[in-house]
Amino acid sequence: MKLLFERSREGSGCAILPPLDVPECLPSPELMRKTPLRLPQVAEVDLSRHYAALEKRAFGVNDGFYPLGSCTMKYNPKVNEQIAALPGFAKLHPLSDERDVQGAMEVYFRAGTCLAAITGMDYMTFQAAAGAHGEFLGLLLIRAYHRDRGDFARKKILVPDSAHGTNPASAAMAGFEVVSIPSTADGRVDLEALRMAAGPDTAGLMLTNPNTLGIFDENILEITRIVHAAGGLNYYDGANLNAIMGVARPGDMGFDVVHLNLHKTFSTPHGGGGPGSGAVGVKAFLADFLPRRQVRKELGGYHFVDPPKSVGAVKAFYGNFAVVVKAFAYLLSLGPDGVRQAAECAVLNANYLMHALRPGYTPAIEGMCMHEFVLSLEALKRETGVSALDVAKGMIDGGMHPPTMYFPMIVHEALMLEPTETESRQTLDWAAGVMLEILRKARENPESLHAAPVTAPVRRLDEVTAARRPVLRYPF
Amino acid sequence: MGGYIPSTEAERREMLASIGLASPEELFRQVPESIRFPHISMEGGLSEMEVSREMEEISEKNRVYRSVFRGAGAYDHYIPAIVPAVTSKETFVTAYTPYQAEISQGVLQSIFEYQTMICELTGMDVSNASVYDGATAAAEAVRMTVDTRRMAALVADTIHPMVLETVQTYADGAGVEIRRVPSKGGRCDLDALREMLVEDVACVLLQSPNFFGLVEDGDSVVALAHANQSKAILSVNPIACALYKTPGEMGADIAVGEGQPLGMPLSFGGPYLGFMASTSALMRKLPGRIVGQTTDLEGKRAYVLTLQAREQHIRREKALSNICSNQALCAMTAAVYMAAMGGEGMRQAARACHAKAAYLRAALEKAGFAPVHQGEFFHEFLTECPVEPERVLSALANQGILGGLPVNGGILWCATEKCSRAEMDRLARIAREAVG
Repeated sequence: MKLLFERSREGSGCAILPPLDVPECLPSPELMRKTPLRLPQVAEVDLSRHYAALEKRAFGVNDGFYPLGSCTMKYNPKVNEQIAALPGFAKLHPLSDERDVQGAMEVYFRAGTCLAAITGMDYMTFQAAAGAHGEFLGLLLIRAYHRDRGDFARKKILVPDSAHGTNPASAAMAGFEVVSIPSTADGRVDLEALRMAAGPDTAGLMLTNPNTLGIFDENILEITRIVHAAGGLNYYDGANLNAIMGVARPGDMGFDVVHLNLHKTFSTPHGGGGPGSGAVGVKAFLADFLPRRQVRKELGGYHFVDPPKSVGAVKAFYGNFAVVVKAFAYLLSLGPDGVRQAAECAVLNANYLMHALRPGYTPAIEGMCMHEFVLSLEALKRETGVSALDVAKGMIDGGMHPPTMYFPMIVHEALMLEPTETESRQTLDWAAGVMLEILRKARENPESLHAAPVTAPVRRLDEVTAARRPVLRYPF
Repeated sequence: MGGYIPSTEAERREMLASIGLASPEELFRQVPESIRFPHISMEGGLSEMEVSREMEEISEKNRVYRSVFRGAGAYDHYIPAIVPAVTSKETFVTAYTPYQAEISQGVLQSIFEYQTMICELTGMDVSNASVYDGATAAAEAVRMTVDTRRMAALVADTIHPMVLETVQTYADGAGVEIRRVPSKGGRCDLDALREMLVEDVACVLLQSPNFFGLVEDGDSVVALAHANQSKAILSVNPIACALYKTPGEMGADIAVGEGQPLGMPLSFGGPYLGFMASTSALMRKLPGRIVGQTTDLEGKRAYVLTLQAREQHIRREKALSNICSNQALCAMTAAVYMAAMGGEGMRQAARACHAKAAYLRAALEKAGFAPVHQGEFFHEFLTECPVEPERVLSALANQGILGGLPVNGGILWCATEKCSRAEMDRLARIAREAVG
């Protein structure tokens, strides 16, 4: 398919701006750009069709089943998009006087109240723009807390080996050393290893629960107790909150800081890789360290306040506001009962699908799962040569988006499936059928799966050359 | 109660039975009983119509202005109709990060086109697929340049205060020392900078046009930085790049900026777009997603996420950054905006911004608001205010005009291509009356 630059024709374009109604005034010549600006010259009709063609070469939740584990690809309600585009939200300047933005501050405040209730936290802040950004902020809060107490020895963050890659990366960015805690064979935190690791140099533990194997760690109260007893704080990675919202609260499990991915659990769309929102919640004893510009409700309205020992700011302004508007609208729809029902259906759908796949596929961990589960295709690979990658690509030809592949790293030939609550039984039955059919193909005609996909706009790509000889822009 | 759940209650009962359970509660046996099923006290449980009405009412508690003369990091530009039409397409809105390249060519190609346009705009060699906003772009750029020998960054005092805050917060985490370069006459003091450029300085970060709207001497700052083997990071306004000397032309190592002016609504501060571009030499240090061109096994041109060895999902704690989600849909917004405007349209917008700001500055000066700084500016300028700024701003607000931002006892004004001559005349008249 052509690039926009290849559709460009000298003299073509759109007529957007009127002629100047004030005298022309140019900068002095030595300050002006000399290099020509080679942007595409395209008429609006060409532009419109270009992106229409690109849309056909992509796949969203609207196009079909998207069981991408850890990403909670639930349906994105349309009304939320409509609401975020209301002029009262979309045209609001961020540096307006407080009296002009009471509605926007109310959104932050009420959304924060709802999410605090769901997580069992005392305060929420919305400045972080994504999950990893929220992790970074949460870790800065933990660091500030220890330093404020005059404790500079706590330089280590404990991270289970099943954790998302962002956890260790965020800990390193916040200036911590990362200590990896092994998992037991059944996917739980190794308590003995945790006890050995926790000590006077422990700043905190980062944990996803349910973890990336889709297992709720029933030792959770003991885990957080061990870390607290060593003087560390507990950080909850909310990437998997969809499994337990309304069912159990991180605050009750012993966590002091949480981040939520509003673009996962709270239905805001992912936009092909963002924008998201990484709301962060804390227990009251951490409130003084929160980023600047927190919304507080006082007599007479909402105000921005700078907490006295603030860690500063991780972003300009207050956060990805339009994303928070969508999440708040979703919370207003669901309410407390809807939140719990979403979790129940998400967990039911995952168990139902895992069960339906059992005739052919082996879960990495036996027993019931939460909102997602991991399959290990190690045996299949050994017997037929068909890998997790091959099966994933076969699923594309089957008409669905593949699951998360090769994660968590502790499972070989892993496929991680998260169906979410917004899929019907019919879809799950169909998906199980497609996947079992792929298994049959793997045994009868493995070559066909090495060659998959054949129905997508392109075949498998040469990723090695892409990385070795990078072409990162149109060469003109 | 709207849960967006498609299965019926009867179906869910059957599904539970098929996996040997009698009730949904049994799905959560792993959760310790003492913390299971807490009472959640929160609002909600409304129908779509009620949600819609409630949110409309909240939105009406905000006041939006038809005429906006305030910028300071968030700019009210005209957004061509094609921009939201494209970026609201369902597939683009609801797709995830394009990990599965074969069915994500649409998203990948759009990012490749965006990267090309950012390179063209800034005059740099390579661009990433975006970061959260201009402030985090500056913060990440500083992190790109430090190493164990050089752990200090010089930041010109004339940078947007919220960008400085963010750079400082990121630096605290990384153990990087931020040293602020003082200003003279509203611009970076080059003599001070020269003295501050010592052995351990990894980079100099300069914003131009700066917070006061003034065009900085980027050439000299880059030359001074390079003479000390330090890197030069320029934070620029993307519209201004169409008219003014680019970071590439000035020899910068990294160009960053706030991409919001490229077709994104004000939206109370976000989501916006952080763009980041660098020289080829720094390519493998750029954080975040990068899309590259390759071929499929039939030789067909195609696009893929590349250079992933830099990233957190591979490198974990050794990654260059923790960034995972970025602002992909905002990057697409910027690409559609730039394509709709074209090079000529972008230049026209930049010229209009500058000409109108010059007109407004003269009109305000006549009305008693003397400019604070001299010399070249783009579309913002600081004036003195003969009375309390609040008095002028509320007089303007009463007439439906959002005036400039109160800064240091004066007012920081901004004009974009949207401001008409008639509006500016009206603004000057109201402002004059307010002081008189």
